[in-house]
Amino acid sequence: MGKHPHIIKLDRSNGQREIVANHWLRVAEGCDDTIPAHTLLPLKEWLERRDELLGRADVGIWFAPDDEPEALGQDAARLSIIAVDFPAFTDGRGFSIGRLLRERYGFAGELRAVGDVFKDTLLYLRRCGFDAFEIRADKDVEEAAKGLDDFSEFYQGAADQPLPLFRRRGG
Amino acid sequence: MYIYDDYDQQIVDQRVDQFRDQTRRFLAGELTGEEFRPLRLQNGLYIQRHAPMLRVAVPYGHLRSDQVRALAEIARKYDRGYGHFTTRQNIQYNWPKLEDVPDILADLAKVQMHAVQTSGNCVRNTTTDQFAGVAHDEIIDPRPWCELIRQWSTFHPEFAHLPRKFKIAVCGSVEDRAATWVHDIGVHVVRNAAGEVGFKVIVGGGLGRTPMVGAVIREFLPSLHLLSYLDAVLRVYNRYGRRDNKYKARIKILVKAMTPEAFAAKVEAEWSHLKDGPMTLTQAEIDRVAAFFTTPAYQTLPAEDKGFARLRSENKAFARWVERNVFKHKQPGYAAVTLSLKATGVAPGDATDAQLDGVAELADRYSFGEIRVSHEQNLILADVQQADLPAVWEAAKQLGFATPNIGLITDIVCCPGGDFCDLANAKSIPIAEGIQQVFADQDYLFDLGEIDLNISGCMNSCGHHHVGHIGILGVDKSGSEWYQVSLGGRQGHDASLGKVIGPSFAQDDVPGVVRQIIEVFVEHRQGDERFLDVFDRVGMEPFKSRIYQKERAHG
Repeated sequence: MGKHPHIIKLDRSNGQREIVANHWLRVAEGCDDTIPAHTLLPLKEWLERRDELLGRADVGIWFAPDDEPEALGQDAARLSIIAVDFPAFTDGRGFSIGRLLRERYGFAGELRAVGDVFKDTLLYLRRCGFDAFEIRADKDVEEAAKGLDDFSEFYQGAADQPLPLFRRRGG
Repeated sequence: MYIYDDYDQQIVDQRVDQFRDQTRRFLAGELTGEEFRPLRLQNGLYIQRHAPMLRVAVPYGHLRSDQVRALAEIARKYDRGYGHFTTRQNIQYNWPKLEDVPDILADLAKVQMHAVQTSGNCVRNTTTDQFAGVAHDEIIDPRPWCELIRQWSTFHPEFAHLPRKFKIAVCGSVEDRAATWVHDIGVHVVRNAAGEVGFKVIVGGGLGRTPMVGAVIREFLPSLHLLSYLDAVLRVYNRYGRRDNKYKARIKILVKAMTPEAFAAKVEAEWSHLKDGPMTLTQAEIDRVAAFFTTPAYQTLPAEDKGFARLRSENKAFARWVERNVFKHKQPGYAAVTLSLKATGVAPGDATDAQLDGVAELADRYSFGEIRVSHEQNLILADVQQADLPAVWEAAKQLGFATPNIGLITDIVCCPGGDFCDLANAKSIPIAEGIQQVFADQDYLFDLGEIDLNISGCMNSCGHHHVGHIGILGVDKSGSEWYQVSLGGRQGHDASLGKVIGPSFAQDDVPGVVRQIIEVFVEHRQGDERFLDVFDRVGMEPFKSRIYQKERAHG
């Protein structure tokens, strides 16, 4: 929860990345009043106030590993930011969440990985559609960003490159 | 054999660089032990009882002679001169130094090998029939499909952190030699009534703590859809498999909890979104991969070589070796030879650097330079001319790999056990040796016929004890090592799990217990009945009453 000072931001169109200041506050629960700008709400709470919040580009959602993208459905396409929490980097559910949001529900905004995020998870996250990475506070952000380049070619199609290698090989 | 192109090579080379960096950061304190653990496991590196253990992938058990020589060189250069072949057709080294592992991986990459996903909670090495491509009962060669699965599963970004490990086996023959019914996914390559190639898909089998035989979730999956369907199965498992308890985290628990029907429906629903998408295979890709697994340049030979037939009739020892260790080939005049890594006094599955070099030499001279590893931990020369069998036999004897015991009780499947493995409750290698000594009389051993005896040092069941006709499991009882014995398990299309005979035994008693089991079998045997036939006919009782007549058992 809370607000990390920096995030790595990836431009999915050209692979450029930069380390930028973070403007978003992730909260465990909202408040009864108007939700302040730049708040990331739990999915459940956002869904309860959907009609009020759907038009607000300055409010986002965060997913826990057991939250279902199906619950958000096509509304995803109208959001500007979604965060997915990785309580432990070995909990791989968030990778499926990322791909479903991108590939099935048309989410085109910032997809941010939060929680136990560091160098060795970034490339798979990127492949699953993530383009913002809140690196764990005790890790070196610059070093972590290098993890995005661990591999330059991949066998499977995924959110970043829908065509598997076998459709590009020899081409 | 599949040969890497520039893409495959680059992926393996970049993996070496990535792991070198991870190792460096771990040694520099930038990665904690807890963080490094899943990362190193995904590269087959365990921290073991005595030293790290490195498990090297042998995709679907296939090796070229230059790769076997590289494995021998690694054993010499970085280890204590030997390696251990595993029940996943891989090879592991028990004594490498952590800081040497990146260099070992670099040496492996030079011969198109790696240690990718040989452990960890990801999709592991795909296994298949050791006689793929040469078996007389083969319907379709499973190897191109294994290679397609290997590429699909390698660094799959979505499925690198599954609830638990995930094992896929593929079978393309009448007899199932790949244990497909006890895998997370078992794939049978089949033809439908229209003659089209496709797959019967089995999920939720497995050994381990809660052994189960899998359930068919799709009778016929057209071949082009293999990978998108696997994506659907894995996505359902990744999202809904249990993560709260590692002992309930395998897909079999999810399939059982949901029922196979409900699980299949969930997969179909997921697949409906993926079907016909970019992961749909192309005929061009299937053809490209299949072209690596063509028939070697066989000579046209008579069905039976005269010299071979003569020696077989004149020399009892040769005839015995042929009967046990030579497998019928689809090509007239050829045979597949199993080199037994089960000599008494040697840990089952172990091979020294000199033996590996010797095997590479045999492969080059007699078998088109290729070697296979079986999940029963033996090595196979798949394409030997019958006329060469006497020479191969002599050479195999020199190497210590000619023990004529394939399929017999001394062809023991055995994990490394408590001598090496941190997970083990009990030793397994000395148990294997003790049993092999009981059956030192070759005539007696031979007459007993086919008996699978499998030993695991703990519930993780790496030694596949559940599917041994006789299964032995090491258990820990208040700090001392005991052994539970089960009977009646089997692999193949009628795969089933053995039943525990009763209270467990102390280490010293195990060989005697196995001797008694065999005595009961012999007493009840009619004609040439197999052990399993007798067991199925007479049941557990005669075995139980013989073994427990004296107060041998513990509590």
